[in-house]
Amino acid sequence: MADEKVQTKLLDELEKGPWPSFVTELKRGAKTSPVCNGLLGQLELSYEEKISHWKHGGIVGVMGYGGGVIGRYSDVPDKFPDVAHFHTLRVNQPSGWFYTSNALRTICDIWDKHGSGVTNMHGSTGDIILLGTTTDELEPTFAELTKNGFDLGGSGSDVRTPSCCVGQARCEWACYDTMKMCNDITHEFQDELHRPAFPYKFKFKFSGCANDCVCAKARSDLSIIGTWKDDIQQDDAEVANYAAKGLDIQADVCDHCPTKCMKWDGKKLAINNRECVHCMHCINVMPKALRPGKERGATLLMGAKAPIVQGALLSSVLVPFVPAEELMDTIKELVDRVWDFWCDNGKNRERVGELIQRVGMGNFLDAIGLDAVPEMVSAPRDNPFVFMEIDGDK
Amino acid sequence: MAEQPVKRVTDIGPPNFDQFLHPIIKKNYGQWKFHESMAPGVYFHEAESGDRIYTVRAGSPRLLSTETIRKFADLAEKYCGGYLRFTSRNNVEFLLDNPDNIEPLKKDLHDYGYPVGGTNNSISNIVHTQGWVHCHSSATDASGIVKSVMDALYDRFTHEDLPAKLRIALACCLNMCGAVHCSDIAILGVHRTPPRIQHDSLHKVCEIPNLVASCPTGAIRPAETADGKKTVEVIEEQCMFCANCFSVCPAMQLNDPVNDGISIWVGGKVSDARSQPRFSKLAIPFIPNDPPRWPGVVDAVVNIVDVYAKNAKKYERMGEWIDRIGWPRFFQLTGIEFTKYHIDDFRFAGTTFARSAQVRL
Repeated sequence: MADEKVQTKLLDELEKGPWPSFVTELKRGAKTSPVCNGLLGQLELSYEEKISHWKHGGIVGVMGYGGGVIGRYSDVPDKFPDVAHFHTLRVNQPSGWFYTSNALRTICDIWDKHGSGVTNMHGSTGDIILLGTTTDELEPTFAELTKNGFDLGGSGSDVRTPSCCVGQARCEWACYDTMKMCNDITHEFQDELHRPAFPYKFKFKFSGCANDCVCAKARSDLSIIGTWKDDIQQDDAEVANYAAKGLDIQADVCDHCPTKCMKWDGKKLAINNRECVHCMHCINVMPKALRPGKERGATLLMGAKAPIVQGALLSSVLVPFVPAEELMDTIKELVDRVWDFWCDNGKNRERVGELIQRVGMGNFLDAIGLDAVPEMVSAPRDNPFVFMEIDGDK
Repeated sequence: MAEQPVKRVTDIGPPNFDQFLHPIIKKNYGQWKFHESMAPGVYFHEAESGDRIYTVRAGSPRLLSTETIRKFADLAEKYCGGYLRFTSRNNVEFLLDNPDNIEPLKKDLHDYGYPVGGTNNSISNIVHTQGWVHCHSSATDASGIVKSVMDALYDRFTHEDLPAKLRIALACCLNMCGAVHCSDIAILGVHRTPPRIQHDSLHKVCEIPNLVASCPTGAIRPAETADGKKTVEVIEEQCMFCANCFSVCPAMQLNDPVNDGISIWVGGKVSDARSQPRFSKLAIPFIPNDPPRWPGVVDAVVNIVDVYAKNAKKYERMGEWIDRIGWPRFFQLTGIEFTKYHIDDFRFAGTTFARSAQVRL
């Protein structure tokens, strides 16, 4: 059974206050798990010394997979032998993070038996994170997970676990079926997800509209953002209702429109839909009166990433509109071409967005066989250093 | 006779979400008409069929014991047939078909210490990374700062009284597992010293060409120790403490209890509503690590939130408010000192210079 309960004078301060406490959660775990007790001890030491006590990486995993397990070892194993190994499993979440109580209990049972009993619901990329177990327990945990219908997510230079917003399961704004698309893409690319073969990570994120609840535009190499092509669906009676209830349609709706494509004369809202950029503000403010149009699909943007190595990037437009019914085939064909070029030309730890910066968008488009379109830029270039193909010999 | 080995199952992918959907969701999938807020953290969606699904959202510390997850399972069974989900910001959402169960569920969550809120113009849960709980390269803890900040902003989670939504995120180093770089307020752990090279072990644990190539500024070059061991040297004035070298080589230690700490960034957004997505900009270059409650970080964040809440107009996100008033006024109103560190000197630095005589005076 567990070593003597560790003292946590500093961490105890984090049980005070109204927000739920992770220290309380660790102590709940420590009632039965010596791993949690050891974790509390080591964390208290970090709080005393203001430094992490985890060692760098370590390659561990389950047989046949190159990702899904994050190896971690304590740098003070003599003091806290229960966390000498503290490996983490990333378990691929169901689309939209939907569960039944039974499914959650299954995961809890497996993790109480094989690991620390503490989790993250969920990790930053979207996986269920099972925090802390030993090398010997990895394979048995994996066997029980797969027996119960769960599989590991991605880590390292592979397809990372895709994630999506709640989509059409519970949102009237979802312009395509994000949940199904995320599920189907994840199943399509199991090999790429479990066996790292890329220059670096590749993330898919699926948002049903431009509100982008999974931060796809900031966080994914391929950002699939739902949108529509025809007119905003407008219910004039409901617009009038909002006005009657005190909404200042001029100030709260029209004045915030980025292209000023709306006019309100006190009775009727007129939208110039050809100038609409589908930003969602007016729809967000009046969800009963305005809805996305009926001709729905998605804009595909590429290249977002955090600062390491060459600086942070936001995704930029690659395909302005793909009809919903063509999305699956288009995405598959697109990533096939992008991955080919990236794998041939990408440097170690170079994300697709950085590769595009390095080789130039024009060359990248040539390589993946896409034509340049003006929707891809905020403006054409303003410098005259253009490398043109010329007629005849140079 | 020896036991037959069990066939190993791999590459089955995630379980299909369909089996986890509430019957009302399954029935009305793709047929939702509108939604309406009922209270902070509580809203309903109505389908074309007239069916309604009610959602109750509670904040969580993200790091959850199985005991608490089982508690959520109990509550889901008691009030909503066992159906629940989690959000992209680590809240838990209970999905109910009977509105009479909303208040009893809220009471049970409150009694268990889990607050209901995080919707509309509130501060939702803080997305964050692992910190000292699990990470080797963290310049600060994650969960402890989040807990301290959310204690101070608790009422901003349970009320919807801000001009617009406000998203806070924390990453404990520049790797940004939490990708905090487009948040209204980003709390970011930073290293400030070059790597300490462990010359005795480097040649045993690292590939030197990979290590040299990993440096974005070319500050690392191959070298030899006095006794002939292969190693590297760092041109320290070129190092920007990004820790990419540490990610590829454990013998390049960066963690430093004195010089590691926290920076604060403001005004980013991801949504396209009104204005386009944008990065967060530097507000405070450095606050020392001060566990267990990080008062310097808590005060800084609360101050920025309060000044924003008082001065921004309805629907203005942090960055949109600053667009209107200008950065000089932001620094003046918040009382944050503007220094040379706020002026970019990395790639494309000039794009952030004020290249116009349009100055608010």
